[in-house]
Amino acid sequence: MSDLRTTPLHDRHAALGASFTDFGGWSMPVRYTSDLAEHHAVRTAAGLFDISHMAEFELRGADAASTLDRLLAGRISTMKVGKAKYSLLLNETGGVVDDVIVYRRGADDFLVISNAGNRTLVAAEFGAPLTPSAGGDVTISDVSDDYALIAVQGPRARAIVESTAGIAEVAPALADLGYYAWSAGTFAGTPLFIARTGYTGEDGFELLVPNASAPALWDALLIAGEPHGLVPAGLAARDTLRLEAGMPLHGHELSAGILPAQAGLGRVVALDKDDFTGKAAVASASADLPVLVGLVAEGRRAGRAGYAVLDAAGTAVGEITSGVLSPTLGHPIAMAFVPPALADPGTELFIDVRGTRISATVTALPFYRRTA
Amino acid sequence: MTDQNTLKYTAEHEWVALAGDVATVGITDYAADKLGDVVYVDLPAVGTTVTAGEVCGEIESTKSVGELYAPLTGEVVAVNDAVVDDPASVNGDAFGAWLVKIQVDPADVEALMDHAAYVALTGGEE
Repeated sequence: MSDLRTTPLHDRHAALGASFTDFGGWSMPVRYTSDLAEHHAVRTAAGLFDISHMAEFELRGADAASTLDRLLAGRISTMKVGKAKYSLLLNETGGVVDDVIVYRRGADDFLVISNAGNRTLVAAEFGAPLTPSAGGDVTISDVSDDYALIAVQGPRARAIVESTAGIAEVAPALADLGYYAWSAGTFAGTPLFIARTGYTGEDGFELLVPNASAPALWDALLIAGEPHGLVPAGLAARDTLRLEAGMPLHGHELSAGILPAQAGLGRVVALDKDDFTGKAAVASASADLPVLVGLVAEGRRAGRAGYAVLDAAGTAVGEITSGVLSPTLGHPIAMAFVPPALADPGTELFIDVRGTRISATVTALPFYRRTA
Repeated sequence: MTDQNTLKYTAEHEWVALAGDVATVGITDYAADKLGDVVYVDLPAVGTTVTAGEVCGEIESTKSVGELYAPLTGEVVAVNDAVVDDPASVNGDAFGAWLVKIQVDPADVEALMDHAAYVALTGGEE
């Protein structure tokens, strides 16, 4: 039918009755039964996501850390082994090529997970495959085709992973694992990488395994999760969950034309470190550029990506990047870029919902924050 | 339970049930599945005249906005407020959750697709 790629779990999704969507060049499950039910399950119990479309890069060698310091906006070389860090890959004009998570697996060993749709862009910036890169001891490998990534997200996530048959030798134990850190383990004897990271606003884990082990791990997690209320969840729920949690999605809140500070990610950029791609542009950027805000409204009609944001006079002052009727909160929420003068929480604005003007209030992100 | 074989259908994935000169209109299971969870339904007011093929309302899901096309020309004689209050009922029973009733020329209904033609259109789903 098309050139869409499928993950090692595609047959599992089809057997579960999933609807599929094209996402970043992949045919991915958008929902299994009801995206609202899947969303609520993650907030109250747990959801199981196939996120094998994500891209993975390995950087190894004595100069791996300094190479990442030069490539990414954050300070990677000071990360402790065992930790994870959210970072950004910028272009020369300071725009966001992609947002990534870096995991330090050893003094000279890093894993970088990037978005599926930006894999070739990230690979180009990383110079992959490049062995070794010019002037340093670092080997950069794009291992995306070798691994599957499965996320277990929700308040029951830890109990589920801990009770999954076949998962063993987990160190540190998950009870001792902090957020944005990872454990090593095995699944049925195969190396398993367990990161306490996610994209839902809940506690949870992302499990990286070789492709061949993915279907058995998926099945084992579903069986272990059944008494906890675990359900398979698709990209529709993943999107509404991350939006409630105020997390940016590249292509919406982040893009090659948006500076980190505009998206509220100024803290991610280590301007005090040595030169890195995009540093000069970020350092000299105007403070008058539009900034990302949260908008909340009443009723049930959500502003959607691309809808105009209006001021009291009806003048278009900004644009929505993502919006939905929040399943958890019960009212419309949206993220939008507006001028700094209109970005203070409490500012009254309007959304043009297909010709109908809906009042909306600027609010601090995130919209939803878990309590435990 | 509505007998889907006796209904008429449109290419915009609506079903039509005719009783006398009043056509009851809803969207099909196929359309409800494609939309995902319906969270908002906007219907025309009773007494307004709708025109076949023109947009007369909206059906919004978590993920997308769908337009409701009038399948026939005529005056709206009733709307289903229960669906407006509980949009999820469209997903629960698309063939039970009627949206509008329109007073029509029954001859116009005959021109719509029958069940076999609609199933052919959707590749076997209904």
